[in-house]
Amino acid sequence: MLNIIVCVKAVPDPKEACNIKIDPHSKTLMRCDVPLVVNPLDKNAMEAALQLKEQFDVHISVLSMGPPEAGNIVKECLALGADQGFLLCDPAFGGADAYATAFTLAKGIEKIGAYDVIICGMASSDGSTEWVGPEIAAILNIPVVTMVKEIVESDRDRWKVKASLENGYRLMQVKLPAVFTVTRDLNTPRTLSFSGIIKARTKEITRWAISDLGVPAEAVGLKGSPTIVSELSSTESKREAEIIAGTREEKAEFLVQKLADVGVL
Amino acid sequence: MIDFTFTEEQEMFRKAASEFAETSVAPHVAEMEKTGEVSDEVVKALGEAEMMALTIPEDFGGLGLGYTARMIALEEISRISVATAMMLQVFALGIEPIVQSGSDELKKKYLPALAKGERLSTTAVTEATGGSDPTGIRTSYKKDGDDFIVNGRKCFITNSHIADTINILTKSEDDPKLFCVFTIDRDMDGWRATHKEHKVGMRGCNTGELAFENLRIPKSQLLGEEGKGLRVSMAAIGDVGRGGMVGCALGLQVACLEESVKFANERILYGKPISALPAIQNKLAEMKIELEAGRLLAYRAAALQDKGQRSSNEFAVAKYFTCEAAQKAAKMAVDIHGGYGCMEEYAVTRFLRDSFVLGPSAGTSDIMKVIIGRWVLA
Ligand SMILES: Cc1cc2nc3c(=O)[nH]c(=O)nc-3n(C[C@H](O)[C@H](O)[C@H](O)COP(=O)(O)OP(=O)(O)OC[C@H]3O[C@@H](n4cnc5c(N)ncnc54)[C@H](O)[C@@H]3O)c2cc1C
Repeated sequence: MLNIIVCVKAVPDPKEACNIKIDPHSKTLMRCDVPLVVNPLDKNAMEAALQLKEQFDVHISVLSMGPPEAGNIVKECLALGADQGFLLCDPAFGGADAYATAFTLAKGIEKIGAYDVIICGMASSDGSTEWVGPEIAAILNIPVVTMVKEIVESDRDRWKVKASLENGYRLMQVKLPAVFTVTRDLNTPRTLSFSGIIKARTKEITRWAISDLGVPAEAVGLKGSPTIVSELSSTESKREAEIIAGTREEKAEFLVQKLADVGVL
Repeated sequence: MIDFTFTEEQEMFRKAASEFAETSVAPHVAEMEKTGEVSDEVVKALGEAEMMALTIPEDFGGLGLGYTARMIALEEISRISVATAMMLQVFALGIEPIVQSGSDELKKKYLPALAKGERLSTTAVTEATGGSDPTGIRTSYKKDGDDFIVNGRKCFITNSHIADTINILTKSEDDPKLFCVFTIDRDMDGWRATHKEHKVGMRGCNTGELAFENLRIPKSQLLGEEGKGLRVSMAAIGDVGRGGMVGCALGLQVACLEESVKFANERILYGKPISALPAIQNKLAEMKIELEAGRLLAYRAAALQDKGQRSSNEFAVAKYFTCEAAQKAAKMAVDIHGGYGCMEEYAVTRFLRDSFVLGPSAGTSDIMKVIIGRWVLA
């Protein structure tokens, strides 16, 4: 059996981004009333695991670190078809940066024990660091491939994947266990089904606090976070419109010059 | 204390239905509007998403989730497409008489395929001579040995041209007080779908006529007791038919409000979004009040239905209220849009047309008041 752990994050619904505010003092997200949803790219990670489960003997564990409400998104992943859920939940985990998050998740993964593949979304829609996946790999001392857009071969002990590059891709072969972070090009995530929700009734979510992980309080949450956000500023994006006149050739010449002037060409 | 909150699971059902509607129904709305035809893809998607299985018991291949879950699903689907919600609601109306009054043999024969969407259903009561007054129907049955021979026509039947498993209400040729409901299916000769209606709204939901000519039906297809068919069809229409229309109306109320809020926030007049104008806020508030009230009526009736209690009176109140409210909401939504509300690119024009089709289905508002009046005076 292949043991896959999918790491998922509860993020404020990106559809309600206009209602998300940033606390000017702590420089963290103020959740307000914005509902928590599964981080969009983590849905691609879930889908990758579910597609493998349709073909092979696969056990999927879902792992999340977050507030008690994040239990709902773990449940949602169970309804999508994961076998088991784990929520790392403790006030001490609060305020974690990418490193402290990766550290806590890695401890959770070690406690789960059996793992061959760890799949994460490439980034979260709220933090967007893209660091958590690679940092988990570093802490567990296993290989990582980021930005996976296609799983070419998924053998029992090694995977071949295509990882996105700006103008192409890298074809990588990796020995398992390994961490993969995935892009939205990998697949189209399935939607929840009513029967999946019914099946999730009997699936369990294990909740672990800091004492269950056996790690010191200084290593997790805000205290365990080496990153400090020193300044935040918002940028204003302005649009300008200009109507180009003249013959087709003149227009093209003007446009090329204009694009060169603004540094696009 | 009364708990008015949805369970975590019900919230997940809502999410599932809303994701389904947005990914599998929304992309087909424009095409359905243009052609007025049922989208095969939407029907297929409904089946794959197990939407027809909601009210079918687990023993017969369904999900056995009951009526609150169904109301949630209809509300979310109707928010995207009233036509699709209507089609789905009538699938359940076709399923219910078999669940309530069918023999075990009939249940085994039809329910598993209906749950998967391999078969599609409807219930046909209305005729030119009897809508609000179903006793006025003329489609007749006559006994011939163990079989029944049926002749007549039905009109305004939802899913008429796509359904292959249909419960038809018929009247005895000999005694106008006796009625029978039969389940007929595609394998029987002697019936066909004839005229297709072009409705002002709910385009993409099929409505039309059925004709029966010496249709021979074996006794095993009878639902409930011989002669007591009126009760069989009215029981299903009273709860499931009316309840379904309530789900459709609620979804439309939500859509009207959402579209109005969006427009009101985007449309700038006097240097500000029109949502700053008291007159606009007033309309939005009215829409919200009626949506909240409608939801309470709807989900209370559905909760009673889930408990196995009689809910047809409560659904009559809910249907009256939500269908009227949806019409008002659609008019207000169009009004808020000003001139844009007359242009077909704007969804509110569809909402207005759809809202007018909600009224008659499963009983007009007048008939709801007749029922409620009877309830009050009983
Ligand atoms: C989109 C759509 C889908 C439908 N789907 C189905 C279906 O799947 N199966 C099916 O069997 N039928 C279906 N119907 C038919 C529907 O049930 C009837 O249209 C409805 O019952 C009204 O009947 P009628 O059209 O004959 O109107 P009438 O009964 O002729 O009503 C005319 C007017 O008289 C009023 N009226 C009638 N009786 C009374 C009374 N006692 N007191 C006060 N006012 C009264 C009515 O409110 C209405 O204003 C559908 C209708 C529509 C529009």
